Amino acid sequence: MGAFIVQFLTGLSDAASLFFVAAGLSLIFGVSRVVNMAHGSFYMVGAYVAYFVVSFLPKGIFTFWSGIIIAALAVGVLGVIIEILLMRRLYKAPELFMLMATFAVLLVIADLSLWLFGAEDKIGPRAPGLDGSYNIMGALIPQYDIALIVVAPLILIGLWLLLNKTRWGILIRAATEDRDMLAALGVNQKWLFSSVFFLGSCLAGLGGAIQLPKGGADLLMDLNVIATAFVIVVVGGMGSIGGAFLASVLIGELSSFGVLVLPQSTLVMMFLVMAVVLIVRPYGLLGKPEAEEHLPPELVESPLRPAPLKFRLVGLGVLVVLILLPFFAGSFQLVLFGEIAIFALACMSLFFMMGPGGMVSFGHAAFFGGGAYAAALLVHYTNSPMELAIALAPLCMGLLALIIGWFCVRLSGVYLAMLTLAFAQICWSIVFQWSGFTGGDDGILGIWPAKWASNEVVFYYLTLLVSIGGIMILRYLLFTPFGYTMRACRDSHLRPDSIGINVKRQQWFSFAVAGVFAGLAGGIYVFSKGSVFPTEMSISRSFDILLSVLLGGVHSMSGPLVGSTVFIWLEHQISQIPFYKWGLQIQPWRLILGGIYILLVMAFPQGIAGYFGRRFEGTFSVNK
Amino acid sequence: MGVLLEVIELHKSFGGVTAVDGVSFDLQEGHLLAMIGPNGAGKSTCFNLINGQLRPDRGKIRILGKDITGMKPRHVWRLGVGRTFQVASTFLSMTVVENVQMVFISSHRKLNSMTKKVSNLYRDEAMELLKLVGVEEQWDRPCGILAYGDLKRVELAMALANNPKLLLMDEPTAGMGLKERLKLMELTARIAKDRNIGVLFTEHDMDVVFSHADFIIVLNYGKLIARGTPTEVRDNEEVKEIYLGSCATGT
Ligand SMILES: Nc1ncnc2c1ncn2[C@@H]1O[C@H](COP(=O)(O)OP(=O)(O)O)[C@@H](O)[C@H]1O
Ligand SMILES: [Mg+2]
Repeated sequence: MGAFIVQFLTGLSDAASLFFVAAGLSLIFGVSRVVNMAHGSFYMVGAYVAYFVVSFLPKGIFTFWSGIIIAALAVGVLGVIIEILLMRRLYKAPELFMLMATFAVLLVIADLSLWLFGAEDKIGPRAPGLDGSYNIMGALIPQYDIALIVVAPLILIGLWLLLNKTRWGILIRAATEDRDMLAALGVNQKWLFSSVFFLGSCLAGLGGAIQLPKGGADLLMDLNVIATAFVIVVVGGMGSIGGAFLASVLIGELSSFGVLVLPQSTLVMMFLVMAVVLIVRPYGLLGKPEAEEHLPPELVESPLRPAPLKFRLVGLGVLVVLILLPFFAGSFQLVLFGEIAIFALACMSLFFMMGPGGMVSFGHAAFFGGGAYAAALLVHYTNSPMELAIALAPLCMGLLALIIGWFCVRLSGVYLAMLTLAFAQICWSIVFQWSGFTGGDDGILGIWPAKWASNEVVFYYLTLLVSIGGIMILRYLLFTPFGYTMRACRDSHLRPDSIGINVKRQQWFSFAVAGVFAGLAGGIYVFSKGSVFPTEMSISRSFDILLSVLLGGVHSMSGPLVGSTVFIWLEHQISQIPFYKWGLQIQPWRLILGGIYILLVMAFPQGIAGYFGRRFEGTFSVNK
Repeated sequence: MGVLLEVIELHKSFGGVTAVDGVSFDLQEGHLLAMIGPNGAGKSTCFNLINGQLRPDRGKIRILGKDITGMKPRHVWRLGVGRTFQVASTFLSMTVVENVQMVFISSHRKLNSMTKKVSNLYRDEAMELLKLVGVEEQWDRPCGILAYGDLKRVELAMALANNPKLLLMDEPTAGMGLKERLKLMELTARIAKDRNIGVLFTEHDMDVVFSHADFIIVLNYGKLIARGTPTEVRDNEEVKEIYLGSCATGT
């Protein structure tokens, strides 16, 4: 009995820090429509700053709590700085570009943290005055956990009062519900946005700092917490602080008791709960149905036309160069171009569901990496030949996409995207934690092509065939009724249903098709590398794909192709920089990549292909 | 001529507001029935109830004797109910003719086809309908850049593509000039007579209503307060009162 109660209380105390993070995320999103990926970084920085401040200050109850508050405020200031320097310039850009910018910030902060805070994990200091335990019927619970259980509802009440009883709070709520009205009121929006970023970031910092005595600080906290925060926001209901609180408690309890049931993967429990909640209440526990969002007229796409002759010629030229490549390029270039082709297919599959399908995924690596794992596992356990593995990988991923998509298409817009990220993170954690079957962190090695394809030139052609074949099929699909129906569902909510189209089912199928082709890309990828590791399914990988598509622009089919080429090329260039010459132990590639993303977003808020498409109308873009 | 649409004691409220309050009426095949009433009377809500977009709190809706209460819009559509919206709703990223082709594709249950290109499917049939409603010259333009009046015509063509028995037209002429309004309703009336389609429509312009409707029903605050032929309704005291007090045109 005592153990049960302690388990329950532990869950409640875990919920506290999750609640702070999720509430901050929700606040920032509500007002600015920014899905702030850097929120996870703020949480991490909060933990580190608290660690250093608390160790620097003399020991004591007062100094400990001051340290926590200083950390929260410092992170709040960091949030405002980023808002003023970066986000403020991007509010006019599409929402996804703001997302891209925040992810770039996450990358930059990740490397800066490694450099500033050091690679080893920090064990949090005990909280003075709260370092004992209470005995509950024979089981012990740390006093600090009880303190957290008290603090969380206080913050909830504080936030409620702030949002409901102050002029500022009422403006915030008005802005969340109706952005145009805010402009009409003549409120100083800049100030309002900055202040929301401050509060939201403070909450993230507080979440990180306050969990320090329990969980310490490490460099993986940023991405780990963001997935959980997304789950909480979706389960609780977007924009509802009370919902976020309930959902945090639910998730906290689940992880606490989940450890008893399924020690390997508490994330699986999270998945089950999320599934149940979304089946019963598609908009989350306390959420309201979303108001229909209408595309601003400038974002309405032009009709799909057959590619103009000039474009076909350019495409043909590229194809000829690719085919002739083995005659004048070395093996190194062959590998690089093979990789570009595979990545282009993965990007095209995401573009397929994102552009024409109107469904953004933050978790596409689940299908790309999943395809790689499916093929690798088939070879590893059943000795299946390469051809079979490459053929079955997309089928497996189609099935996975049917399962994940069934839940995701019940939501739309950014909620759908958050859910894809949560699912992807769950898939990643299964692969990562189930090491008996998947090899865990060590991956699966020794997955080489069949004998006939083991020659690098032959394998290069095979890669081209699979990748370009996949891309051409996806492209063709867009011209068929299937593709048109997808676009119909994206264009209008009312109209499809009133001409006999089952919108949700169509979106579900589109989701699955995207999964199939990402799986195909993963299937061939694993043979080109010879091995697969969990990173192929990670959030970073998902964002590699997403950012490449955004980089290229989502309004033309050439977008994902240009974007993926630029991305792989950039990645390659960065890996060539001789950091060791300058005495650097680590390769700050995330810092550099993040910096480049930030510059690109600021320079081309329409994407590269979109930009050039507009400049050279009709020459390079398909849709124009 | 049989009864096409029967609406029996329909109720719908949103929170505290009763939008439709015990409305009953029916519509014969081939007839034009105008539903009139001031803004907020519950007309659009009635349309949404009939085509399944909203679920009534109480009441029944039958089409050709078949109970369709609570059915989804896409199933109601397959029974032969075409609809145009108060705010025209088309696929803006497609061309005019593609919009109509989509309806043909859906009505032939080819939505999931992955083999043929859309450009080769039902193009002639779609062009024929565009000609009928008079926007054939615009066939290759994106719907996103069409004038609003033309968009309404495209919607009409889309509604006709499924060979409907019943057309629901919520303010089909909103946003058009007077001449255009009369022309469009004339066209609608002619098509309806030719194809024996029953039409339920709302309209603010009384000239249009009185010159084309076979019957009129009048809604006020969700209640049906008068019904009859145009002459009967014109002479109804209560109706006069409503229309003297409020403006007769608007949205
Ligand atoms: N989705 C809705 N939610 C809440 N109230 C609604 C909704 N739709 C309509 N109403 C209300 O129902 C009443 C009737 O509206 P409507 O059917 O649009 O009238 P009309 O089309 O005759 O102008 C109005 O008071 C309106 O505010
Ligand atoms: Mg109306």
